[in-house]
Amino acid sequence: MSVASNGSRINDFVIKIATVNGTGSASANTLLMKSIFRSGIPVMGKNYFPSNIQGLPTWYEIRVSKDGYVARSGKVDIMVAMNAETYARDVRDVAPGGYLIYDSTWPRPALLKRDDITVIGIPLARLCNENFKGVRTRILMKNICYAGVLAALLDLDVERIRELLAETYAKKPALVDANMQAIQLGYDYAKTHFDCPLILRVEKMDKTSGHIMIDGNTAAALGCIYAGATVAAWYPITPSTSLMDAFKNFADKTRIDPETGKANFAFIQAEDELAAIGMVLGANWNGARSFTATSGPGVSLMSEFLGLAYYAEVPAVLFDVQRVGPSTGMPTRTQQCDLISAAYASHGDTKHICLYPANPEESFYMAVQAFDLAERLQTPVIVLLDLDIGMNDWMCRDLQWDDSYRPDRGKILGKEELEKIEKFYRYLDKDEDGITYRTFPGVHPKGAYFTRGSGHTQFGTYTEDSADYQLVLDRLVRKFTTAKRHMPKPVVVGHGKAKAAIVSLGSCDGAVREALDVIEARGLHLDYMRVRAFPFDEEVEKFLADHEIIYVVEQNRDAQLKSLLTLETRVEKAKLRSLLHYSGLPVSSKFIVDGVLGDLLEGRRTVAGGVV
Amino acid sequence: MTFIPKPKIAHPSLPKNDLGLTRRDYEGSLSTLCAGCGHDSITAAIIEACWGISMLPENLVKLSGIGCSSKTTAYFVSGGHGFNSVHGRMPSIAMGANAANRGLYYIGISGDGDSLSIGLGQFCHAIRRNVNMLYIIENNGVYGLTKGQFSASADIGTKAKKGEVNQQPPIDPVLLAMNLGAGFVARSFSGDKAQLVPLIQAGLKYPGFALIDVLSPCVTFNDHEGSTKSYAYTREHYEPVVEADFVPFKKEISTEYAPGEALPVMLHDGSRVVLRKLDDDYDPSDELAAHEYVQQHIARGEYLTGLLHCRPTQDSEFHALNRTPETPLNQVPFERLNPGAKQLGKLLARYR
Repeated sequence: MSVASNGSRINDFVIKIATVNGTGSASANTLLMKSIFRSGIPVMGKNYFPSNIQGLPTWYEIRVSKDGYVARSGKVDIMVAMNAETYARDVRDVAPGGYLIYDSTWPRPALLKRDDITVIGIPLARLCNENFKGVRTRILMKNICYAGVLAALLDLDVERIRELLAETYAKKPALVDANMQAIQLGYDYAKTHFDCPLILRVEKMDKTSGHIMIDGNTAAALGCIYAGATVAAWYPITPSTSLMDAFKNFADKTRIDPETGKANFAFIQAEDELAAIGMVLGANWNGARSFTATSGPGVSLMSEFLGLAYYAEVPAVLFDVQRVGPSTGMPTRTQQCDLISAAYASHGDTKHICLYPANPEESFYMAVQAFDLAERLQTPVIVLLDLDIGMNDWMCRDLQWDDSYRPDRGKILGKEELEKIEKFYRYLDKDEDGITYRTFPGVHPKGAYFTRGSGHTQFGTYTEDSADYQLVLDRLVRKFTTAKRHMPKPVVVGHGKAKAAIVSLGSCDGAVREALDVIEARGLHLDYMRVRAFPFDEEVEKFLADHEIIYVVEQNRDAQLKSLLTLETRVEKAKLRSLLHYSGLPVSSKFIVDGVLGDLLEGRRTVAGGVV
Repeated sequence: MTFIPKPKIAHPSLPKNDLGLTRRDYEGSLSTLCAGCGHDSITAAIIEACWGISMLPENLVKLSGIGCSSKTTAYFVSGGHGFNSVHGRMPSIAMGANAANRGLYYIGISGDGDSLSIGLGQFCHAIRRNVNMLYIIENNGVYGLTKGQFSASADIGTKAKKGEVNQQPPIDPVLLAMNLGAGFVARSFSGDKAQLVPLIQAGLKYPGFALIDVLSPCVTFNDHEGSTKSYAYTREHYEPVVEADFVPFKKEISTEYAPGEALPVMLHDGSRVVLRKLDDDYDPSDELAAHEYVQQHIARGEYLTGLLHCRPTQDSEFHALNRTPETPLNQVPFERLNPGAKQLGKLLARYR
């Protein structure tokens, strides 16, 4: 957001690239982003892609941010308009003073009616048709070619691009040369015909060492590997599929016994989400750490089993990579719309532990934590990512691992313990913390018990007796009280004394933090709390009690976080004001700044979401 | 269904198996099904079968869905863990449990409603995955707990207790399982314990998915005149075509098989099932021929029983295909599962 006083916009601008999906633009965009990252400059990439394999419009947004902001700013400084179908809209999106780059092979004079932006025409198709053979190659290279144009305009290091290409195509060196040729074509044309670099450009920094660019699905999958998960069951659904793909990929690298070739994991593609969660329950019940990944529609299908797991107290880990609902919604767009359905999934009095990571880094650590919590509390743990976290590449701190970590398997009675006791009762609250002891099949006949979703007594036997039934149900409430002590604490920013505050969760974090800086620059200080888990603990209660005006920022239409806070804390409902963003694009800092300032300074209540 | 434990008093003269356990040691809690229910006879056969092969009670995992049949897992082998899950979803619980620990016996008890309607998908996919378990369908053609609606196994023309006649064709689990490539497919009758016990033993030992469809009349809702799943009708129309003997490993040496008469099928642990054909025209090892033969008899209104199809399928068993180690996954030490901090640095190299 900041503009340097000399008017230059070094390392602080947004490039948006409009292409057609299935044309190889993803490689060009990754190449651009990674080369900026390797130059030590903080960068963010967001992919807005269709639920389609080939032929529909797709956009990629790269934000170069010297200050390390990770959210969308809400504006576009350079538009690379490669898609004729969306051209009119793309031209409109460019901020005044910005640039439009288009393929001038076919002139589009009628559409260039903006005098507040600079238009840069590059005959990309012509350049590629003259230099490459084959229709497919020409299409692919046209996209690599615009990366070359941007390299010249932004002053990117071409050698760094070559280095990245060499890594990507280590096994196909011929492709390095072809790609470099395309880069050079674009680079040279831009250098020859335009003043390079632009005032918007990059300059080497040293702000990315100790960092990685990774998506949340990959990071969460890695967490599952490190947590010791052995049974992965799933049904393909966007945007969670890449989490399972990554798990398989890491497992193939780290879990195959070099001597025997045996696989220390089972990877099961289920027939549907119902079966996927069933397998996860069966495996966890039998003592293996097991998980699944899905999205909102999958959570709906899994709900019956989640209720069984809650009541019969079977651990399970479920990643819900949220996408736009309701129903099929927009499968490739992001939202935080399963907060309520995850917290209360299933019929009857049912509640689930939920974790809300804000980025890939936290997705890694929370994946590990999810298994510990699931086994410690003997209940499902739902980790709510969203498409933005799960599928976009985020710059985060290098992931760390402490080799002294050992899984918290919770209360398990093994063979020796069972030998010593007279009788085992599955649901007897011996420690008075609401958590009972469990056993695994095949260990000892004394440990055998009958798991059921029907009414059961604290001794594990069937019941239709009111008192016996209530005893177990009430203990589950005590277990949830215990759970609060184990939940990750909220993250609080600010001195805590401000009158107004923002409460948010998950992927809103980057946008909120940037918005707080902008608001601060206007002389207003707001405190901020990011909740990281459900159920909410006392720190959440305290923060809510300590502030008079609380903006609840979330990415859904129905204010689901606000609803949860209202239902599950002592907060006065009237204190909570919603800022709701549900366009399917990740929330921008501008949306939050406009919403908060509009309300605080002008009394303009902005409860509905916009598209900013 | 109230829970009534059985007193554990055993007469000293009761016969003992190799583990020194009596049949009483393989019992469960008291059944609360209707008096005369076919399912109770199947429970008795399971107890006999497990005792007979000297199974460690804690090594049996009992899984079920919802329905009268699914309740019965509480009525046998109380020394083994039981999991009464949700309607039609037992196969997925079985798959997950089996993936976690391949070293135990898995028995799934289901009904015709549980397996052929709400759980048809999971039933089929458990077969496709060739999960090593014995899957018993206690088949009575009706929904018992909800009082007598037709199930998907009800024959065309069969009459409900209140007089309604079924018009829709049935789903036959035996034909379906053969179609899907199951390696062990049997049909039996709850009233034929002599046939059922060795089938259960063979099914438990079979290294892959084993199905036994057991005709098990519902005395309350489907045992009347006009029903094709009544005791009387079943007794009249069932025809054993293959006798199966289960031969434990240690007896193997002394057993001789006359060629042409008997067909031994080797099981994983050296024990074997010996099939004795009662009809010369029938080859139970040939999937296609078996399918056609069974179908022809169904068309004539006859229930063929016995081990109708059996062939070795070790290679396609779930763990074989997934190359999991002999050590059950739930017992692999954490150190072998966690790649460690050093390896993390390497794995992250491509993200820098």
